Amino acid sequence: MSAKKSHKFYGHGIPRVKPEDLGGKLIVVEGADGSGRSTQIAELVAWLEISGRPTVQVGLKRSTLVSEELEKAQDGNVLSRTTLSLFYATDFADQLSNIIIPALKAGFIVLADRYIYTLMARDLVRGMDEKWLKNLYGIAPIPDAVFYLSVEPEELVQRNLSKNATLDYWESGMDLGMSRDVFDSFLKYQSAMQSAFKAMQKTYGFDIVDANRSANAVNKELRKKISSVIDAD
Amino acid sequence: MKTFAESNFPGRLIAVEGLDGSGKSTQIYLLKRWLEAEGIKVYFSEWNSSELVKSATSKGKKRELLTPTTFSLIHATDFADRYERHLVPLLRAGYIVLCDRYVFTAFARDVTRGCPAEWVRGNYSFACAPDLTMFFKADLDVSLNRILEGRPKLKFFEAGMDLGLSKDPYESFKIFQGRILEQYMAMSKEFNFVTMDANVNVEKQQVIVRKLVSEKIDLKKFKRRSPLPLPPSLAGDREAIEAEEDKAA
Repeated sequence: MSAKKSHKFYGHGIPRVKPEDLGGKLIVVEGADGSGRSTQIAELVAWLEISGRPTVQVGLKRSTLVSEELEKAQDGNVLSRTTLSLFYATDFADQLSNIIIPALKAGFIVLADRYIYTLMARDLVRGMDEKWLKNLYGIAPIPDAVFYLSVEPEELVQRNLSKNATLDYWESGMDLGMSRDVFDSFLKYQSAMQSAFKAMQKTYGFDIVDANRSANAVNKELRKKISSVIDAD
Repeated sequence: MKTFAESNFPGRLIAVEGLDGSGKSTQIYLLKRWLEAEGIKVYFSEWNSSELVKSATSKGKKRELLTPTTFSLIHATDFADRYERHLVPLLRAGYIVLCDRYVFTAFARDVTRGCPAEWVRGNYSFACAPDLTMFFKADLDVSLNRILEGRPKLKFFEAGMDLGLSKDPYESFKIFQGRILEQYMAMSKEFNFVTMDANVNVEKQQVIVRKLVSEKIDLKKFKRRSPLPLPPSLAGDREAIEAEEDKAA
């Protein structure tokens, strides 16, 4: 990969990191639980590594700094909205500083299993101020490509139930009190999340991928699109 | 940034700010004791004390995992937790809330660490401004001496070692504190700090603090309606006091 360096940040960026030092490629896959995200990413990593491209992965709630505490806080459902939002931002910033930035500096490919968009969409659905979120996530580098795996909420229900036989409290947006019934709440929450993503698409230029199809068909499309991003230099 | 009074909260928030060793914690503690004795509904909150976030913060500090960005965000998380779970409900219930450090500590420290001022301020923009902010300004040497007197072991981030100012923690601490002081001074006017001369003796300062607070806040509005429940051993005293109060009334 020829190293055409430079990534821009959405906002202020982070102290002591020069955008022109950031080479590599940052590729984001977004999508709800059950959209096939993890399967797609595993396939993509294998494909990239076999083709000889160094690849690292990041995702939500995976930081050394706060992932444990965040998990604990979520289990107890004790955190208020702004607190939870800042906690997730800390988790993101830790991976940004310790994994994403060094990897990009080294010219690696970074595959992000969700990025700031999921975090923003969750908060927007919960009524948080968009301007506040944009400032907060101004630390994020602008990816080279963002794929949003779009699956109809009804199909998401089927996939989640066949996998876990239950619907996750947070993925059903139960904290929002839209419905006491987890099934209804899930459908309402996932539609709201989809609308939030679609509204963001204009600003952030997502590539919306129809993930109602088979995993193979989706993967083929992703590979084709990623190849063109990687080979662009 | 609107104050709690301007935002129609029934309660009031008083914050103290200043360098380590400026004596601000002593002053706010004495203020708390006085307000409690006056029968005022009062709550004290300290910087960096949220139970939930604490373990992550101390892990980050011990293992020196923090960057300026994560340092800033983890403290913002801590503040938000205390703000949303304690400060807001208490201020809505008409309490006087005393804060040993408030958002200005982040504004001063994080910017010294290189975070953009607008970014830091934006992150804290959910918080109202204190109704009174007392800034304890001691000569830099005085504050430094108070902290460094016993040659304590300075912690990595406390000494600002992450900034690479000096390899000597004491030297680094001095430069770091000097820069934080500059940041405080630069925002003093914008945020209506009342500057307290922290070089004068503790008792005199406390007289001024109490005077300031009673001028700024109509304290009798914040009295408890019913007395606090006392442990049985003291309950007798309470009855005697109440009887006297009834007589006076």
